[in-house]
Amino acid sequence: MNEIIKRIEARPVCGDVCSLRTDDFEFAFASDLMSDVLRLTYEKTMLVTGLCNVQTIRTAEMAEIKLIIICRGKKCDDQMFKIAKECDICLLETNYSVYRVCGELYSYGIKPLY
Amino acid sequence: MEFLFEIEGANFSVAGNASSTIKRALKQRNVDPAKIKRIVVALFEAEINVVAHADHGTIRVLIEDHQVQMFVKDFGPGIEDVKEAMREGYSTASNSVREMGFGAGMGLPNIKRNADVFEIESVKGLGTNAHIIIYL
Repeated sequence: MNEIIKRIEARPVCGDVCSLRTDDFEFAFASDLMSDVLRLTYEKTMLVTGLCNVQTIRTAEMAEIKLIIICRGKKCDDQMFKIAKECDICLLETNYSVYRVCGELYSYGIKPLY
Repeated sequence: MEFLFEIEGANFSVAGNASSTIKRALKQRNVDPAKIKRIVVALFEAEINVVAHADHGTIRVLIEDHQVQMFVKDFGPGIEDVKEAMREGYSTASNSVREMGFGAGMGLPNIKRNADVFEIESVKGLGTNAHIIIYL
């Protein structure tokens, strides 16, 4: 994960992101619409989003997503950290846009879902 | 095993707590993870609907050996046209709901997709009752 973190200039803000292996994440899905995230059936998926609120974390919990990349310089709050820790979800923050993060992930070899 | 939750309308800070509790209970019972996901996604969408549209509501969940039943009752404006509301993209959600990442008209179709049985009845001005069953 260190290479991904470096490419998107991300800040690990919750969870032991470095313990995650790239093998754990074959796919990425980008959306600010949580109902679309809830439709995912694939595992090994990371979420790329500009939506930064407690429902982002709850949605990831229900969708079995273990890594969320929060884009556009948004900052997670304490309630988000609390729920993410309870659910064993890692959070990265980056100033990059969703588009740029997706481009970096794609060029690194992370696959799209559709 | 039976669970009962009171759901407060418009309070997105605690929306999802009921679904999270049920997810933990199902994990403790070693339910198949694929079934857990279907159950909690359906329940979470239903819970979000109550928070998004109603003044308040209740969720009752019965975890049985062969199935999970969810009874979701809300005291909200009701759905004028249930058939239309089942169509992907149909939504009457407010901007505040959309800002939370919901309200794009995917909730009821998502519930139907995950449920083995999904019954919904609504009375305009009184509220909505939904009954969801997922077989284990």
